[in-house]
Amino acid sequence: MSFLTIQDLDVRLRGSGQRLLRGVSLEVAQGQVHGLVGESGAGKSMIGKAILDVLPRSVEIAGGRITLGETDLTALPAKARRHELGQRTALIPQDPLTALNPARRIGGQITDRLTRVLGWGAARADARAVELLDEVQISDPARVMKSYPHELSGGMRQRVLIAAAFAAEPELIIADEPTTALDVTVQKQILKMIAAMQAAHNTTMLFVTHDLGVVARVCQRVSVLFAGHVVEDADIHTLLSVPGHPYSQALLSATPRYDDPRASLRPVPQSVIDATRAEAEAHDV
Amino acid sequence: MAEALQIRRRTPLRLWLSCGWLTVFFACAIFAGPLSPQDPLAQDLLFERLPPFWASGAEPGFWLGTDSLGRDVLSRMIHGARIAAIVALVAGFGACIIGTTLGLIAGYYRGWVDQIISRIVDVWMSFPAVLFAILLVAVIGTGLTSVIVAIVVIDWTRFCRVVRAETMAQSRMDYVDSARIAGFSRARTLFREVFPNVLPVIIAVLTLEMGIAVVVEAILSFVNLSISSDDPTWGGMISEGRLSIHQAWWVLVFPMITLFLTVLSFTQLGEALRERFDPVLR
Repeated sequence: MSFLTIQDLDVRLRGSGQRLLRGVSLEVAQGQVHGLVGESGAGKSMIGKAILDVLPRSVEIAGGRITLGETDLTALPAKARRHELGQRTALIPQDPLTALNPARRIGGQITDRLTRVLGWGAARADARAVELLDEVQISDPARVMKSYPHELSGGMRQRVLIAAAFAAEPELIIADEPTTALDVTVQKQILKMIAAMQAAHNTTMLFVTHDLGVVARVCQRVSVLFAGHVVEDADIHTLLSVPGHPYSQALLSATPRYDDPRASLRPVPQSVIDATRAEAEAHDV
Repeated sequence: MAEALQIRRRTPLRLWLSCGWLTVFFACAIFAGPLSPQDPLAQDLLFERLPPFWASGAEPGFWLGTDSLGRDVLSRMIHGARIAAIVALVAGFGACIIGTTLGLIAGYYRGWVDQIISRIVDVWMSFPAVLFAILLVAVIGTGLTSVIVAIVVIDWTRFCRVVRAETMAQSRMDYVDSARIAGFSRARTLFREVFPNVLPVIIAVLTLEMGIAVVVEAILSFVNLSISSDDPTWGGMISEGRLSIHQAWWVLVFPMITLFLTVLSFTQLGEALRERFDPVLR
């Protein structure tokens, strides 16, 4: 029984009608981590933004359904959807430098959700925030609570964002390339932390990334996107060992391998790109 | 961080000088009465065109000389500071409030609201500003209030443009999305999340605008469209001094230097603040 269901999601540019997502369908079971991979512009972040109802103003949902548990989000009026999302979802954003409000202290930005969504008192929310900061291994959480974002390092900010995302115990977290903006040495720690937190809180997660290595580390299932179209949706082991679609195969062989550093990297062949694009565009009619 | 510290280290001197001069300026404006050695309106034809204190023929008590009607130049300048300060503050804040409100709305909500506001700003800015001011004052009549209204009506666009651009830049940041996902309404997100981050820019522009307001007031009183010509304004003094420049240069030169230093200080302070807060430089 899937928890997050996306059916035939169509997202278009307003005005020109250019299609950004072409009938995307996904099913994510409760407590699972589902990866969305693809190159830049494939529409992976767009799916996350569509679910969270924070699409750019130039873009609109032209069709399809997004269901969370029993609730059809796309059928709800805007205000009710906002409320529903606030209670049940959270985002771990890509760039920790812009994801925290520079003018506000860290503490308030974590407790916002607790006081607002769950209606907790300030003292209780503060105590919980300290607990969460502790959980993401930030030393001296009390001091960090009073700090401004610019006083923290990139890695620490990303931990704060992870803490904030898990704060209100959301049922679904969308992680939008949470390690892309980080130093390689920090990436691994942060990934481990997200995976551990996800397991401990049993949160369903949609994990957007372009990095197959990251996918292999945290996801159970993966959807490969190209030009706003899901070309393959498979179990992680299946995808990595016997990729079904030629584009997935090409993507895999374009990934550097630590165990065989001298193996040549093959860029995705133009013929595969053309064929996959044609397949995606076949949906347009 | 390192760059921010460097900027902070580089600015102090001109910041100190600007703030120093502006302190003197505002002190004169507030305590114009007790600070003036003479009555700024008192005419005395026996004392006309007295030179400043260091020249021969100067009278004690008339430190910077007198004009062709025997009025004390220093006292008139100090009282002129009061008018300049009132215009700078009231017109500056007036333009700031209108421009900022519209700029925030246009930059955050975008869409047709933005279209309307931006087109109005474009049209507004295509009028030559000072001419527009002169025309306005000519229509609504002279007086301090008219001058202030004219400046507000013309200069709100300056705020609107800058605030709109900064609001747009801030709205693209992920923290705005996060606030929305957390269930905050648009209005609350704009006010609580975006506005505090736009505020530094607003303060910088406000400081610049105060300098501009002082110049516009001087221009309007130079062409006799500000308050009555008896009342001491820097522009009025410059205008009168022009007529007797060969006999009494001090009537023209001292208000000009004061005007120059005041506007320069406002501009420098504004620039320093902008530099300090500019997200690109930060």
